[in-house]
Amino acid sequence: MIATLLAVLRKELLETVRDHRSLASSLLMGPVLGPLLFVFAMSLSLKQSVTSLDDAQPVTVAGADHAPHLVQHLRQQGFTVTLREGAAAEVPGWIEEDGELVVLLVPEGVGERLLAGEPAAVTLFADGSNNKADRRANRVRAAITGYASGLAAMRLQARGVSTTLMQPIVVDEVDLSTPTSRATLILGMLSYIILVVTLVGGLSLAIDATAGERERGSLEPLLTAPVPREHLIYGKVLASASFMAIALAIVMVTLGSSIHRVPLEEIGMSANFDVRVGVLLFAVTLPFVAVGASLLTVVASFTRSYKEAQTWLGIVLLVPTLPIAIAGVLDVRASAPLMAVPSLSQHLLIQGLLRDEPLPASYVAISVASTLALGAALTWLAGRLYRREKILG
Amino acid sequence: MIHVEGLAKRFGAVEAVRDVSFTAQDGRITGLLGPNGAGKSTTLRILYTALVADAGRAEIDGVDVARDSLGARRRIGVLPHGAGIYPQLTARENVRYFGELHGLRGPALERRLDALIEQLGMGEFADRRAKGFSQGQKTKVALARALVHSPPNVILDEPTNGLDVMATRALRELIRELRTSGHCVLFSSHVMQEVAALCDEIVIIDHGRVAGAGTPAELQARFGGATLEEAFVNVLGVQEGLA
Repeated sequence: MIATLLAVLRKELLETVRDHRSLASSLLMGPVLGPLLFVFAMSLSLKQSVTSLDDAQPVTVAGADHAPHLVQHLRQQGFTVTLREGAAAEVPGWIEEDGELVVLLVPEGVGERLLAGEPAAVTLFADGSNNKADRRANRVRAAITGYASGLAAMRLQARGVSTTLMQPIVVDEVDLSTPTSRATLILGMLSYIILVVTLVGGLSLAIDATAGERERGSLEPLLTAPVPREHLIYGKVLASASFMAIALAIVMVTLGSSIHRVPLEEIGMSANFDVRVGVLLFAVTLPFVAVGASLLTVVASFTRSYKEAQTWLGIVLLVPTLPIAIAGVLDVRASAPLMAVPSLSQHLLIQGLLRDEPLPASYVAISVASTLALGAALTWLAGRLYRREKILG
Repeated sequence: MIHVEGLAKRFGAVEAVRDVSFTAQDGRITGLLGPNGAGKSTTLRILYTALVADAGRAEIDGVDVARDSLGARRRIGVLPHGAGIYPQLTARENVRYFGELHGLRGPALERRLDALIEQLGMGEFADRRAKGFSQGQKTKVALARALVHSPPNVILDEPTNGLDVMATRALRELIRELRTSGHCVLFSSHVMQEVAALCDEIVIIDHGRVAGAGTPAELQARFGGATLEEAFVNVLGVQEGLA
C-alpha cells in the first residue's frame, strides 16, 4: 500500500508541477496574492481612518473680522483657516467649484451681539452629499459648539452663577467596542483567508486527479492496475493534501512578511506574528488539510467533467468557512466543545494565537483529533466511492 | 487463457450482455466482432474488472475475476477503448507509473521500459511530454503501459480506432508478435476486415449474445457465403448496419 501511495503521490505532484497554469493558481494566486491583497486593503483603510483624525482640517471663513476670537479658537483647535471675502449669495458658487470646501459665514454685527450677550447667528455651508465635506462640517460644528459653551460658562460666571448648573448630568463615555470589534473582524478575515487559500492550493489537483482523470480517459486504465482502488484514491487525497500544506506554508510566509504593514497598533491590536507564531499557526492549521483534501476529492468524484467539478468545488469551498461566519455573528469564544468542530477550531486557535491568548493544550489536542478523524472518515468515503462501478461514468 | 461462461450484465433497463460464453486460448488471437452496441466492450470491461457481471463467470488463467480481481488484473494487460494518457508526463513516465503500480522497481523497471520503447518503436518520442502526441503515438504509449508487467493475457478494446494506415499496420504486426511469443490476445472490433486479417478465432456478438464462433474458415462453412463478409452478414441478418 505504501508503495502504491508513493507512486500515485509522485505522479500527481509531478503532473501538477509541470502544469504551470494550475501551479500558478494553486500556489501563487491564492497563497501569495490573496494575503497581500488583504494586507494592502487593510493598511489602506486603517491608515485612512487614522490619519483623517489627525489631519489639519481646512475651513474657509468669510467675514472673519466680525468674530476674530472665534477664528482664533478654530485655529487653536487645529483647523487650517482660509480667509475669503464674499456675501452669502456667493458661497454656493465656491462650493460648486470645490465640493470639499466648508465655508463658515460670519455676518456683520456678530461681534456686537456677542458682546451684548445676545444670540448671534453664523452660517455653515457644506455639501452634505460629499463625505469629506460632511465630516469636516461636523468637526467645525463641534468646535463652534465648544466655543459657544465656553462663552456661556463665562457669562454665567460673570453673573455669579455656577457653571455646574448647566450640567445636570455628566455622561462619561468609555468606548471599548470599536477597536475590539474591528480587531475581531480583521482577525476573522485573517483566519478565513488562511483556510480558504489553503483549500484553493489543493483544488486543481483534487479536480485533476479525479474528474480530470475520468475526462481524459485515463481512469479506466488506471483501475486495471492490480492495486485496490481505494489505495489509488488515498494517494490522490495525499497529493492534494500535500499541495494544501505547501499553500499553507506559503500563506504563513507571505502574511509574516507583510502583516507589519497593517497599522494594527492604531486600532489597539498588536501584530503578534513572529516566526514562532507563524510556525504555531501552521501547526494548528495543518490537520485541516486532511479535511479539505478529502472533502474536495469526495465531491469531485461525483462530478463528470472538469468543468462540473470546478462549479461544485467553488461552492464546497464555502462549506468549511460557514462555521467561521456563524462564529463571527455569534461572537463565540474558544471552548472545549467548539474545538471538536473542524475549521471552527482552527479559526479559534488562529485567533487565540494572534491575540497572544493562552491556549490550553487540551484545546489543541481536541482540534487536531477531531479534524484528523473527520479527514480519515472522508478519505474512507472517497475510497468507497471509487469502488462503485459508476465511478467510470 | 481467458474463459467466459454465461456472462450477463444490465444497466437499468438496458440488457447490454445477455449470454456470452467463449474461450480465448494462449498463442492465439481471438476477435470479438459485432456491430456497435452489441455488448463487446461490456464483456471486456467485466473481464478487466471495471464492471461486475450480474450473472455468469469469467476466468483469467483459471482466476475468477469476481472473486480475485487483483489476481485477475495481474494476469492481464488492458488497452481500454479510448484510453487516455497523462499529457504532462513523458511517454516513458506514463509507462513507468503503471510499472510502479504493478510493483516493478528500480533497474528491472528501467530495463523493461527500455525494452518496450525499443519493441514498440517509441524511441523518437519516449522522453517527450505526451501533450502533442498523435493518436498513433498515444496508442503506442497506452499499449506499452498495458504490457509493462509482461502479462500472459492481453485485452484490446477497439485498438485501431483513430489510427492511420501505417499505424494500423504496425499495431497488427505487434499483435502478431504477441501471439508468436505465446500470449493470449483478445481484442474487439466492429471492423470485419480487421478481424479477418488478424484473428485465429472469431466470436460474433450480437444483441448481447454469441451469434457464432469459430475460425474464419469454420464460420464461412457453417453460415455459407463466398467470403467471410457474406458469412458475417448471414449470421447477423441483412438488416444489421455494419461499419
